[in-house]
Amino acid sequence: MLRTGSQIVWDVLGQEGVGCVFGYPGGAILPIYDALLGSSIHHVLVRHEQGAAHMADGYARASGEVGVAMATSGPGATNLVTGIATAMLDSSSVVFITGQVSSRVIGTDAFQETDITGVTLPITKHNFLVTRTEDVGPTLRKAFHIARTGRPGPVLVDITKDAQQGTHDYEPDEAPVELPERSPRDTLTRDALDEAAGLLSSAKRPLILAGRGVMLGGATELLQDFVERTRIPVAMTLLGIGGFPATHALNLGMMGMHGEAWVNRAIQTADVLLAIGMRFDDRVTGDPTKFAPAAKKIHLEIDRSEINKVIRVDVPLVGDLRETLSQLAPRVGTTDLSPWHRFIEDLKGDTAVRDIQTLPDSGHLYAAHVISDLWNLTEGRALVVTDVGQHQMWEAQYYKHDYPRKLITSGGLGTMGFALPAALGAKFAKPEEEVWVIVGDGGFQMTAAELSTCVQENMKLNVAVINNGYLGMVRQWQEFFYDKRYAATPMSNPDFVKLADAHGLPGFRVEKRSEIAEAVSRARASRETAVIDFRVEKEDTVYPMVAPGKTIEDMIRRPVPVLE
Amino acid sequence: MDTRSRPRTFVVLVENVPGVLDRVASLFRRRSYNIESLTVGHTDRPDVSHITIVMNADDRVASLVEANLYKLVNVLEVKDVSDVACVARDLALIKVRADHSNRSEIMQVAEVFRARVVDVSPEALIFEITGSEDKVESLVDVLRPYGILEMARTGIVAMARSVAAVSV
Ligand SMILES: Cc1ncc(C[n+]2csc(CCOP(=O)(O)OP(=O)(O)O)c2C)c(N)n1
Repeated sequence: MLRTGSQIVWDVLGQEGVGCVFGYPGGAILPIYDALLGSSIHHVLVRHEQGAAHMADGYARASGEVGVAMATSGPGATNLVTGIATAMLDSSSVVFITGQVSSRVIGTDAFQETDITGVTLPITKHNFLVTRTEDVGPTLRKAFHIARTGRPGPVLVDITKDAQQGTHDYEPDEAPVELPERSPRDTLTRDALDEAAGLLSSAKRPLILAGRGVMLGGATELLQDFVERTRIPVAMTLLGIGGFPATHALNLGMMGMHGEAWVNRAIQTADVLLAIGMRFDDRVTGDPTKFAPAAKKIHLEIDRSEINKVIRVDVPLVGDLRETLSQLAPRVGTTDLSPWHRFIEDLKGDTAVRDIQTLPDSGHLYAAHVISDLWNLTEGRALVVTDVGQHQMWEAQYYKHDYPRKLITSGGLGTMGFALPAALGAKFAKPEEEVWVIVGDGGFQMTAAELSTCVQENMKLNVAVINNGYLGMVRQWQEFFYDKRYAATPMSNPDFVKLADAHGLPGFRVEKRSEIAEAVSRARASRETAVIDFRVEKEDTVYPMVAPGKTIEDMIRRPVPVLE
Repeated sequence: MDTRSRPRTFVVLVENVPGVLDRVASLFRRRSYNIESLTVGHTDRPDVSHITIVMNADDRVASLVEANLYKLVNVLEVKDVSDVACVARDLALIKVRADHSNRSEIMQVAEVFRARVVDVSPEALIFEITGSEDKVESLVDVLRPYGILEMARTGIVAMARSVAAVSV
C-alpha cells in the first residue's frame, strides 16, 4: 500500500496500540499533523511541549504501556527536554516523535533546526534520526520495542520533513522487532542464588529494600507472598511506594532523606539487605560509605550497570525481576524474626510522639493534615500525582498507598511542574480512576497553563495546591543550612480560586482543618477539574531529614512536644 | 576485587551506523571516565565496526564500563581483554630533523626498532613504526635528541589471541 511517511507514523502508532498522543504542531511536523485527520488516534493539544512530555510519561506510569509525545523541530523539540530527562531517570517508557527540517538542509543551521538527537543523547535510552521514508515504519517499531523492553526508558525519533512527505510501499509488519543479539555476562547463576538464599535464611535482622523495579518488573504479588512467608520487613524507596501495601504490618514505609526514623535505623542495624529494583540513589543512602555497614547486601536488578555503582554488593542477581525473585524465593527458609520485629516496634514508638498528627489541634492548617484527611476521604484509593517539594514528601509519608501504580511522582530528576500534566496523562490512561494532583504553589505555576488543556479535553482532575507562599523545600534548606536567609524563596501567588474561575473551573479555598472535608467533597462531586487552594502553615518543615552528606541514621527530628 | 587503578583495554564491536562513536564517547564523558586511547575501524563485516578503548580503572569501574557499554543499543559485544593474551598495536608516524650529516646514523638507530622510512626530504625523515606502546615510546626516546618535528599516533588497536575471541 502506497503511504506517506506521515501516514506510516499513525499506522505504526495504531499497530502499537497507542490510544492517544500528546503534542504541539509546527512547520517541521506539519505533514504528520495533517495525516492525523486520517487516523482514529486521539491527539491532545497541550499548552507547552513540556506538558506533552510529562503527560506521555504520566500515561506510561499509570498504564504500564508506552506513552507518546510529539513536537516540531527546534524550540518544540527542546521544550521536551525536561520531560525526556524526567522519564529517563525514572525508567519510564515514552516514545518522543519530533519533526526535523528537510534532510537537504540538515547541518546548515536552517530555520528551527536543532540537533535534537545530539541534545538528547545522554537523556534517552536511545534515539534515531530518520531521513528516508522507507525507514519511518521500521524505526518507529524499533523505538517502541526499545522503550518497553529491558529496563524501560525514553526513545526519541526525529523525522525529517521530506521523510514525512515521501511515499513508500508500506505493509504493516506483524513480525516481532529484531534487534541484534547482545550477550552480557549472566550473573543469575545457581551458585549466586544459593548464596543469596543462604544469607537470607540465616539472617537475624534481614530487610528488603523495594524500589520501582518491583512494579516495572511485575513482581508485586511475588514480593508479597515472599514477605508473608519469610516475615522479612520491607522498606520502600519513594518510587517504590505502592509496590507493597502501605498498611501491611511488615511495610515499614519510606526510607532515605525523609524516611521515618525507624526505617533508616532498621537499615543501619540490618545484617542482610535484599535490594529489589532500586538503585541506591543518594537520597536513599545518605553518605554511601556509611550505609548499612553491618549488612551483607544482595541486589536484584535488571540493569547490570546499577550493580556496585553506588553501594558495593555481596551478591548481585541480574535479570528480569519476576524471574529472579521466583527463583530466589523458594530457596529461602524461614526463621523466627520476632526479636527483630520487636526492635523495630520500639523504634516506632519513639517516632509516634513526634508525629504532627498526634499533636493537639492548634487551629493551624498543616499539609500533613490535608494529605492524611485526603487519604481518609478517598479511602486510600485515589491515584495521586505529586509535584516536587515538601508536599511530595508529606504525600509519601501520609497517604498510605496500598495499590501499585497509584502514586506518580518525579523521583530521580525531581522535576517541578510535573504533577498537573502527568496527572492529565494518567487520567487518559485510567479514565475510571479518581485522580488527585498534589502540588506546591511554586510547581503549580510552572505548568498551570495545562489547566486549559484539561478544559479543552473535558478531563476531570482534582488539584490540591499546598500553598505555603514559599518555595517550601528550598526554604527548609535555608532554614536548616543557611541561617534562615530566605533568598528568593518567598513567592507571591495569583488567587488560585480565581485562576480556576478564569478557566471556567470550580475553585475552593481552605484555611482550617475543619474545612477540608467539605472542599474535598465538593471537588470530588464536580464533573470538571476542580482546584483547591489549601492555605497551609507557611514555615512548616518536613521531618525527619537527613542532611546532605550525613548517614541516614543521623536525622534532624521533629522535637518532642513539651505539654504544659 | 582489585581496587587498584591500572590500564584496561576493552574491545567493543558496534553496529556500523552514524553516531555510534558519539554514543560511546558520550557515555565516557557523561560518567566521567577518562579515555586514554580510542580507536575505531572496520571489521571484515561491513555492518560491524571495531572499537578499542584503553583507560585506567579499578575492577569496579571496569565492570561498570562494560555494563554501561552493553546498555547502548548499537553495541553488539564488549570484552575486557586486559587480562587475556592479546595483540595490541599502536602505529606512529614520526618526523625527525635530519640532514646529510646524520641521516644514515638516524636510520641505523631506527632500524633496530624495525621502523621504516616512508619519506625523505633534505631536512627531515618520516618513520613509520607499528608495535606495542612501549616499543613506540622507546623509539621516540631515541629519536628525541635529534629533534622530533612532528608525531602522529593512531592509539591502540587490540585483539585477543584465543579462538574464543570477540565476535558476533
Ligand atoms: C524545575 C525545578 N526547578 C527547581 C527545583 C528546585 N526545587 C526543589 S523543591 C523546590 C520548591 C518547591 O516549592 P513548591 O512548589 O511551592 O512546593 P513546596 O516545597 O512548598 O511544597 C524547588 C525550587 C526543582 N526541583 N525543579
